[in-house]
Amino acid sequence: MATSADYKGQTPAWCPGCGNFGILAAFKKALVELDIEPHRYVISSGIGQSGKFPHYIACNAFNGLHGRSLPVATGLRLANQDMLVCAFAGDGDCYGEGGNHFIHAIRRNINVKLFVHDNQVYGLTKGQASPTSMPGMRTKVQPFGVLAGELNPVAMAIALGCSFVARGFSRDTDQLADIMERALTHRGFSLVDILQPCVTFNRINTYDWYADRVYYLEPGYDLDDRVSAFEQALEFGDRIPAGVLYRDERPTYEESIPVLAEGALVGRTFEPKKLQKTLAEFY
Amino acid sequence: MDYTVKIGGAAGQGVQTIGDSLSRVFSRSGFHLFSNQDYESRVRGGHNFYQIRFSNGRVYSPRRPVDILIALDGETIPRHAGELSEIGSAVYDSKALKKQYDDTRFVDVPFNDIAVEQGGDRIMANTAASGAALGMLGMDIGVLIGVLKDALAGKPRKVLVSNERVAKAGHEYASMNCPRCSFSLPGEAERKMVIEGNEAIGFAAIGSGCTFYSAYPMTPSTGILDFMAAHAAEYGLVVEQAEDEIAAINMALGASFAGVRAMTGTSGGGFSLMVEGLSLAGMTETPVVIVLAQRPGPATGFPTRTEQADLLFALHAAHGEFPRVIFAPGTPEQALRLVNKAFDMAEKYQVPAIVLTDQHYADSRWSVEGIDPKGLDFHDYRLRGKEFQALEQYRRHAFTDTGVSPLAVPGDARHLVVTDSDEHDQDGHIVEDAETRREMVAKRLLKKMPLIEAEIEAPEVYGSEKPEVTLVGWGSNYGVMREAVDALGKRARIAMLHFSELYPFPLSSKSDYQKLVADSRLAICVENNAGGRFSRLYRAETGYEFKASINKYDGRPFTLEELVEEIDGHISRL
Repeated sequence: MATSADYKGQTPAWCPGCGNFGILAAFKKALVELDIEPHRYVISSGIGQSGKFPHYIACNAFNGLHGRSLPVATGLRLANQDMLVCAFAGDGDCYGEGGNHFIHAIRRNINVKLFVHDNQVYGLTKGQASPTSMPGMRTKVQPFGVLAGELNPVAMAIALGCSFVARGFSRDTDQLADIMERALTHRGFSLVDILQPCVTFNRINTYDWYADRVYYLEPGYDLDDRVSAFEQALEFGDRIPAGVLYRDERPTYEESIPVLAEGALVGRTFEPKKLQKTLAEFY
Repeated sequence: MDYTVKIGGAAGQGVQTIGDSLSRVFSRSGFHLFSNQDYESRVRGGHNFYQIRFSNGRVYSPRRPVDILIALDGETIPRHAGELSEIGSAVYDSKALKKQYDDTRFVDVPFNDIAVEQGGDRIMANTAASGAALGMLGMDIGVLIGVLKDALAGKPRKVLVSNERVAKAGHEYASMNCPRCSFSLPGEAERKMVIEGNEAIGFAAIGSGCTFYSAYPMTPSTGILDFMAAHAAEYGLVVEQAEDEIAAINMALGASFAGVRAMTGTSGGGFSLMVEGLSLAGMTETPVVIVLAQRPGPATGFPTRTEQADLLFALHAAHGEFPRVIFAPGTPEQALRLVNKAFDMAEKYQVPAIVLTDQHYADSRWSVEGIDPKGLDFHDYRLRGKEFQALEQYRRHAFTDTGVSPLAVPGDARHLVVTDSDEHDQDGHIVEDAETRREMVAKRLLKKMPLIEAEIEAPEVYGSEKPEVTLVGWGSNYGVMREAVDALGKRARIAMLHFSELYPFPLSSKSDYQKLVADSRLAICVENNAGGRFSRLYRAETGYEFKASINKYDGRPFTLEELVEEIDGHISRL
């Protein structure tokens, strides 16, 4: 059995009080609970404070480019379907720079677990608006306040037919760990959008702001009804629903690719014999 | 003998179907051939052509004179009749084109009527045209029937029977009605293998152990995607059409990091989007092969035509300093060897390898002799399974004498495999300190570079050993330069120097090629671009500046006659 100590990583370079600490704690808890040893999974991450996540926990890691955690995760998963593949991204990273990949990873239903550190602001570049920033928020770059509407990631994911859609709040570590466990054991593409206060640059969406609004869906909530889930997902303001919002148990991309039925690509041995047969096509 | 058949028509009229059928007929009859296509960026309409040159000896390039011109549209004759050779004839259907040519060079064959009368459907007019061309050439119809059989396999038998009748009728009609036709063809020889440029790349990739191909469709690279997808089931390949080229290269890197050989392919515009990913491959030392099939730019440019303007882009693309290799095959045989070498070097040195082609290479077909998978090398450089488990400690970016760190497959052992696009330490974790940075740059770039350089072969020399005239070129101009050397051999002591391994630039210690160029009375750099991309690279690497160059940048490849004429002009001015 793995214990929390087995996941010890580098010392985080996050600001004291950063919402990311809660995400790290919850993720470790979920891994211990599910007994997933460090070498059994891989994290693909992008750039931003979320991108540093795989350095702060023991794992296989590919910390790539801004916005590109999902295509790397997709390639990883297609090459090795026996490996648990997680992607860690930020709101700017995943919904801004990498928005196109978000759409198509959902469409494919590649069995990747996406955890988005959503603090509604850019942290690493020091305080500009992100796609989820609320209209009116003033920053150095948005002196007239954010003029564009905010993106609602969970509603967007449900609209796209995402196989598993959830929202967590980094302060509520136990609930978040539970949501993460459910995402990790779900078969299919899973989005967990995690509300995570940026204590340095976001003076609006603070711990208290979220705590006053976040509520958890009742145990009897019907998470298989797409239309009602979409309506639920549209709620973001005085009250913010958290927990698993939607689930659609359709076949994963890997399961649908006939050549992967024989097993993971990475385990195959090279067989050049067939090449002679292919040469016959050229006559 | 050395004849050329040209088929002209609008997109969607069947130019390619006829071209492909006749190519097969010629190669199965034992002729060597070279075919190229000229098409517009549209699905229907416009004017396209397909040109097949066939001979009893090996041919490598398109020629200008046309011996049989098949006109499917009204534009073909006005545009191409001037290209007819002394013995050349055009074949057309006056009813379909609504135009009659009263000239014995123009043979009127009612393709549509024959198709309707003999086959019951106008759709078989193309079969009538193929049959007619063979009738004019005095070739037997039997081989075409065989080709039709293969092409129509799986269709109801009556489709084949109708096509057979139409082909025979077209053949008979044309042979009776072409009094000028006097082609002399040798008897049948052993059938030849014919391969398209893109097919050779796909075949070589599969033969090099590539099991993952991710790409976004873009002319002229799409043929590779088609080839890989067509062979996915047979070879167990994952072929993924990515949402964009950024995803394509990042998927390939993810798959490579997971432990499989991965490739992506695109053209200039898509490569522009891949550039950050190229840099990522450099920083994370993740092997990847990228095919860049050039077309004329800037921007969307000439989407379906040819150019060699992206050499320095391929060389300098991406921020930061890291090693890469660039190969540019000029024939399918070279592609087989170089794609194989690209996979080998990418994995051996954990660097990106770029295979640089262009539309002329990608869409052309050659009869070939050297496509044998037995010549392919396969060495797995990855640390897997027991070998990985046996290690006491593992560091993905460990410092070594060669700069090459062990490349392990994540999940195969309890050791963790970590890499980062940020500067990192030997374990792959982010660092900020100057000393690690210096050591990492030395490891990634300075230590590996001389080892990579040493594996680059010298350019191929063809022709005179002590040339007074030397043609220097690269990539798809191999064939036309080689044949120009043959054509001008009596006029001057002439040689070709062809570069297919472009970067790192071949060391002078590999051969005395630099002396060959410097000692020539006339050294001409031949390129399909305006700015002399290769001649700039040659000057940067060797200090030698070409005083003569032949540059073609109209989006079309050189024909043999055109290049010979240009070289001849240079020789005359000596």
